[in-house]
Amino acid sequence: MTTAGASGGKSIGGVVLDLAGISLAFGGVRALQNVSFDVREHEIRAIIGPNGAGKSSMLNVINGVYHPQEGTVTFNGVKRHDVNTHEAAEQGIARTFQNIALFKGMSVLDNIMTGRNLRMKSGLLAQAIRIGPAEREELQHREAVERIIDFLEIQAYRKTPVGRLPYGLQKRVDLARALAMEPKLLLLDEPMAGMNVEEKQDMCRFILDVNDQFGTTIVLIEHDMGVVMDISDRVVVLDYGKKIGDGTPDEVRGNQAVIDAYLGVSH
Amino acid sequence: MSDRSLDTFPRLLLQHAAVRPEHPAIREKDLGIWQTWNWSQVAAEVHALACGLAELGFRRGDSLAIIGDNRPRLYWAMTAAQCLGGIPVPMYQDAVAQELEYVLQDAGIRFAIAEDQEQVDKLIECRGRSPGLEHILYDDPRGLRHYQQAYIRSLDAVQELGRGRSAKQPEFITAEIEQGKAEDVAIMLYTSGTTGKPKGVCITHAALINAARGGCGFDKLGPDEEILSYLPMAWVGDNLFSYAQSLLAGFTVNCPESGETVMTDMREIGPTYYFAPPRVFENLLTQVMIRIEDAGAVKRWMFHYFMEVARRCGAEILDGKHVAAGDRLLYTLGNVLVYGPLRNVLGMSRVRVAYTAGAAIGPDLFRFYRSIGINLKQLYGSTETCAYVCLQRDGQIKLDTVGVPAPGVEIKIADSGEVLVKSGAMFKEYYKRPDATAESIDAAGYFHTGDAGFFDADGQLKIIDRAKDVGKLANGAIYAPNYIENKLKFFSHIKEAVAFGHGRDMVCAFVNIDIGAVGNWAERRNIPYSGYTDLAQKPEVYALVRECVEKANAELALDPALCASQVHRFLILHKELDPDDDELTRTRKVRRSFIAEKYGVLIDALYSGKASQFIETQVKFEDGRTGKVSAELRIEEVKTYPPATAQKAA
Repeated sequence: MTTAGASGGKSIGGVVLDLAGISLAFGGVRALQNVSFDVREHEIRAIIGPNGAGKSSMLNVINGVYHPQEGTVTFNGVKRHDVNTHEAAEQGIARTFQNIALFKGMSVLDNIMTGRNLRMKSGLLAQAIRIGPAEREELQHREAVERIIDFLEIQAYRKTPVGRLPYGLQKRVDLARALAMEPKLLLLDEPMAGMNVEEKQDMCRFILDVNDQFGTTIVLIEHDMGVVMDISDRVVVLDYGKKIGDGTPDEVRGNQAVIDAYLGVSH
Repeated sequence: MSDRSLDTFPRLLLQHAAVRPEHPAIREKDLGIWQTWNWSQVAAEVHALACGLAELGFRRGDSLAIIGDNRPRLYWAMTAAQCLGGIPVPMYQDAVAQELEYVLQDAGIRFAIAEDQEQVDKLIECRGRSPGLEHILYDDPRGLRHYQQAYIRSLDAVQELGRGRSAKQPEFITAEIEQGKAEDVAIMLYTSGTTGKPKGVCITHAALINAARGGCGFDKLGPDEEILSYLPMAWVGDNLFSYAQSLLAGFTVNCPESGETVMTDMREIGPTYYFAPPRVFENLLTQVMIRIEDAGAVKRWMFHYFMEVARRCGAEILDGKHVAAGDRLLYTLGNVLVYGPLRNVLGMSRVRVAYTAGAAIGPDLFRFYRSIGINLKQLYGSTETCAYVCLQRDGQIKLDTVGVPAPGVEIKIADSGEVLVKSGAMFKEYYKRPDATAESIDAAGYFHTGDAGFFDADGQLKIIDRAKDVGKLANGAIYAPNYIENKLKFFSHIKEAVAFGHGRDMVCAFVNIDIGAVGNWAERRNIPYSGYTDLAQKPEVYALVRECVEKANAELALDPALCASQVHRFLILHKELDPDDDELTRTRKVRRSFIAEKYGVLIDALYSGKASQFIETQVKFEDGRTGKVSAELRIEEVKTYPPATAQKAA
């Protein structure tokens, strides 16, 4: 595997997502305090930090689950007011979940098809009885889904119920479902958690391939430092809801505050 | 003579394009849908590819390395190279870079075609040390967008170049094909290297076409057969069945979507002509058995009941022999309830002719498939003989023979017991190895197969082992390790076995458990385990394996010649034997002497009577990194049977 996602002919564009002075509190718990960073087009941006640092809260702010009390979110150059998750999805933000969120009893194919739902124009009834245009539309979507199945190399499991797949493959199907939305911005919440080394390598390759082939901008949370340093272009480090570092993997690695946060300091 | 015009593969292709242009020639499942190319389309694709290769400087006599899974374009590349008088050299897709490098250098290869990024990366790595490799061409562009090297091109681009060339010089390709001769080398296949470095086996158009014609005539194969091509292109069998016979008879080749989807794809295609090494049949059976054990009680009972009926009379019914009316009725019922659905699940509903070869097949395994109505037969051959020496005739199937000499093949048994072969389907030479060629083909033109065997009363050839592996126990009894290992490997819980005994006073064995079957077995008994090494050392697993070994011993005891070969002590290895660690060949044959050397300490422990032995082994991962596996291995004794008691027990 090549190191650093920044290699190759990749050109990183302008800012797509800008988070300025985000503060989020749940009662007395201040999950995020005045956090600001931006995400550029085509980049892989990692958010790291110890447990409880506010990483998942940050993702939830980005895709509209939480609404910060302070600060602004600017997506695609438009300053965003409080949106709900549905609107965030319509704007082109997709995500995968730390604890896989799939329909366990449905086949891999059907699960990925749900990712196309937002893009289907025909109504519920037309889809249900599959008449004329609805059928044509479904065929188109099926083709898009097949491309993703091919891309993520899960052809052998098309018809298998997701619940019967091993964990690493379920994670891949979760990614496939998110990709089916053709997102502009893809949020990955611990995509490698609980995987073995081989599964991690596969997942890294898929993330890099998605970023490269589709040009998708990716924000990911990850605990495995090796993975983060290998594939991200820039890393933001959170600790106790505050931003303590931001920069390229090399810069972050040398940052004393980050080292202290991870290794602990004697107080 | 009409055959004169059909004596090379490019000419055969042109003939099909003219005679049956609309007939499907090859299919590939892509994006979930089977894509079909008919013969005239294939001819056009090959034409473009050949012209493109010529445009890049591919010359008569050049070798073309081909590495990847079975893909239509890789097959076309073979014909394209042959159009230009070049020699395709297919290689095993899971070979590591060093192995590829050896072949690239040995064959002096300038052009290589790779299926995808993985293979391209390996070739780039090789190129550092084999600068002779001038061009790397790839089929699947995925992940290769940023490869800037000028020597890397897509096959699309090459075909585009070719179309330009053929527009300017439309008669170029016809003239090139015209120059081809039947005596030209059509393909070079590297032997798996069970012994020493791989050797390039040069096979001419004439030899391969002879083998294909003989086989097609023998089994009456016509243009309407369907075959699934999923075995490595570097293996002679795939060349004979998916390439030579398809081009001769004009039947349809189907390429699966990926290695993992073969089972599903096979069900969708329903091949009529099927080939698999015993290992595949074994895996299929293991899967069936696992699924039956997981099925409901009624289904399980039905399966076992009717399998017993099939065991009694299935093979006889297939052979058209007389069977009692009651059994025949039960079998018909079983066919509706069990065998038919089972054949369907296996994708073998339409199979008319199925072959197995490459290693000895367990008699019980062989009988299982025949008893459920699949016309599975054995053949015998090697790379050097185009996999064409002996074939079993329909209705004259024996479990322990490989059939009668195929049409046009002469067989002689040497005094040493070695099988000698002479035929029109013989390799020309080992590439740049006149010494090895002279060693294996004698003055009278007989090829020394290296296999020990004899003809039985019906004139069918019976192979017992590799001639060099057959040895003697200390007491002088004959010892055929393969025979013992195959007996053990038929048990679904045992994946691999290596027997030792030459010059010793008893036989001992290493065993690899089948992680799928034993894992499932352990789960159902609530035995927790973390991985192969852990599972392999569980006392329960040892007891399970010991039971299998004892059964094998009981069977061996029945044969007076082999009674002394019963296994006395065994151990379960801490890791699976793997081609990446050089323990198996790429065709997954055990490399006995290498294993004996690597695990010498374990063999000593087996014979010294120890109860356990510590071992640490280095393992190679697929990406080339290495790691270590270590364990304290238990060694267990097995019950052996004197000949008389075994008969009583049986």
